Amino acid sequence: MFYREAGDFSTTYPQDSQTFPIRFDRYRYYLVLLVAIVVMPFVMNDYLVNSIFLPFLIYAIAAIGLNILTGYCGQVSLGTGGFMAVGAYACYKLMTAFPDVNIFFHVILAGGITALVGTAFGLPSLRIKGFYLAVATLAAQFFLVWLFNKVSWFYNYSASGQINAPERTVFGIEVTGPNTEAWATYLFCLVFTIGSAVIARNLTRGSMGRQWMAIRDMDIAAEIIGVNPLKAKLTAFAVSSFFVGISGALFFAVYLGAVEVGEVFGIQKSFIVLFMIIIGGLGSIFGSFAGAAFLVVLPVILKLVGVDLLGWPTDIVAHFNLVIVGGLIIVFLIAEPHGIAQLWRVAKEKLRLWPFPH
Amino acid sequence: MKMKLGTMAVAAVMAASPVMADLVFPSLSYRTGPYAAGGIPFADGYADYFTLLNERDGGIGGVEARVLECETGYNTEKGVECYESTKGQGALVYQPLSTGITYQLIPKATADDIPIHSMGYGRTSAANGEVFSHVFNYPANYWNGASGAINYLMSQGDIAGKKIALVYHNSAYGKEPIRTLEELSAKHGFELSLIAVDHPGQEQKSQWLQIRRERPDNVIMYGWGVMNQVAVQEAANIRYPMENFIGIWWSGSENDVLPAGDAADGYKALTFHGVGSDFPVFDDIKTHVVDKGLAAGAGDQIGTVLYNRGLYAAMLAAEAAKTAQAIHGTADITPGMMRDGMEALEITEEKMAGLGLPGFGPSFNVSCENHGGPGLIGMTQWDASAGTWSLISDFSATDMDVIQPLIDADSAAYADENGIEVGCK
Repeated sequence: MFYREAGDFSTTYPQDSQTFPIRFDRYRYYLVLLVAIVVMPFVMNDYLVNSIFLPFLIYAIAAIGLNILTGYCGQVSLGTGGFMAVGAYACYKLMTAFPDVNIFFHVILAGGITALVGTAFGLPSLRIKGFYLAVATLAAQFFLVWLFNKVSWFYNYSASGQINAPERTVFGIEVTGPNTEAWATYLFCLVFTIGSAVIARNLTRGSMGRQWMAIRDMDIAAEIIGVNPLKAKLTAFAVSSFFVGISGALFFAVYLGAVEVGEVFGIQKSFIVLFMIIIGGLGSIFGSFAGAAFLVVLPVILKLVGVDLLGWPTDIVAHFNLVIVGGLIIVFLIAEPHGIAQLWRVAKEKLRLWPFPH
Repeated sequence: MKMKLGTMAVAAVMAASPVMADLVFPSLSYRTGPYAAGGIPFADGYADYFTLLNERDGGIGGVEARVLECETGYNTEKGVECYESTKGQGALVYQPLSTGITYQLIPKATADDIPIHSMGYGRTSAANGEVFSHVFNYPANYWNGASGAINYLMSQGDIAGKKIALVYHNSAYGKEPIRTLEELSAKHGFELSLIAVDHPGQEQKSQWLQIRRERPDNVIMYGWGVMNQVAVQEAANIRYPMENFIGIWWSGSENDVLPAGDAADGYKALTFHGVGSDFPVFDDIKTHVVDKGLAAGAGDQIGTVLYNRGLYAAMLAAEAAKTAQAIHGTADITPGMMRDGMEALEITEEKMAGLGLPGFGPSFNVSCENHGGPGLIGMTQWDASAGTWSLISDFSATDMDVIQPLIDADSAAYADENGIEVGCK
């Protein structure tokens, strides 16, 4: 009944190759965008935005970035936290060095700088694969965190080694610093999230994405049919790091406002983004969103139910959270290796036939 | 999308719950993770003192105190979430017990007109109240600690030409004393070497190998959580003389020395408040809190160093609330009034004795110019056979000639960066 292509005719090529070819799906997508852009800013408050929406939007960008590298191109990376740190510190240095330039461009430039760094660390991927590549990216994670802690130029020689986001505005409205309005930071991040998702979606279904997927599925076969592995792997690292860098910049400048590299961009961050794409679904843009939403919202819900509703001790709830997230990762790996995105695909298939299953 | 709607509904229910007429003291505690050994006793002490006030005195000025506990796991992101979820419930003062979270909250809380009390941690230059209007770090800060350690060493003999190593947690917290120690090393002519330990600090073999090679005359440690225990154990392993090893007050609790057993005997730590449970207030806690089964947590931390510190923090918060009630003539104070109370706080010897804590901490006055208190530092030493910490020196003043210019410079830089108008309101 839903998601049926019956009566949906394409008369031009662009119609045929659009992202959501089914009309119902397309309208649902427009509705989600409309709600996110027009309705949500009016219901935002400090609690919602800082506990749920900013982390969700920013992690979604990071998950999209990692999904391009791991889900689409098959290169396992444990360096996400380090690359987010590059984005954050690049953004900080740009914000303090060029205070007159709009923060919007700083975030994009921070993504560009991260892309360069990511490409450099992607070079070993031409020689090594699988676990060994994971270890090489793990080295990147530790090296980058060490670097930002060691070299005081990166934090402008402040005594504490922390970086603090100064106040910056877009169209005269503050988006960083302590005096921001909830809706402004939300919309600022939303613009980047939507932009990243649209770009990533279109890259992955174009020729570049097909090259990445060919490399992922079997790199020797891909090479034989004419895919250049050097180009494919390095572009995957560059594009992936670009998105991860943007998310790191937003994480620092808009969400936290003050960052200490070892604590915020440690190995934990690399793992949580990896868990997001595993739970959400490897090789799916929707999966990146679903995984980010799941891992951001789940602890909040558990806390609301456990502490505020049932009145359990806070430490028990915190431990439960670890147990449940760990358990879910195992369940997903065994029962549904393709993640929430696959569940959604199955649900769509079911809905298409519903209520007549034959 | 379904998930988002669900959370919105839950949040809406939360926001709609009625505001109760009580004084809310949020406790951003951490009972999980690598820093839980320090977080649990502090949170217990903080909660127990307010329970005592409710049970014995019927609250503060007749209004019940409510402790709102939120688990941060010493994690900045969770700290922000906790702050946002508790501030709407009328939180009077935040004590995050984490330098990272404090840095995070300084601009936010200032914008929201809620005071922060970072007692013996946080941003040291917040002692300058003309810049940091809503941040208080009385009665002592990290730089007092660094100077206090050096003063103690100087009282033990000539320090010129000696080698001192600083073993520090490689974070904003651990880096705080470096500048002060560098100034002091130039002033007194000792040699300073810096040895960083990365979070969480379970592995310190290479750092202690370096100490073994360099043989510093003294080691000062700025550690927290599991890092302390490992450091004390490693020092014992290389047979470093424990009496030459001095920890900051966050590296001087029972948890830190017990794992090393007898080898930890003689280890020293700085403090800014009394140790032990030999104060009248502990009898009241026994009658009104423990015997009624109201003790927070497992109730097995009473009288430990960090429990006492939590108790002390709660006592200072309660006294500031009383001061605020007196200034504004209302029992039901707001966070803004609480800030005024903290700025006008006076702790005298009589007041402390009246609260059952005679000689527990220094007497001091807070003012707009000085949010940092007097910075009086004492030294404690661990006796492994008795299993107790004991105070081995008086609370003495630190070298403000070195510290004050650093505070002025750092706070001026902050004011400059953030466009803050310097001055008292």
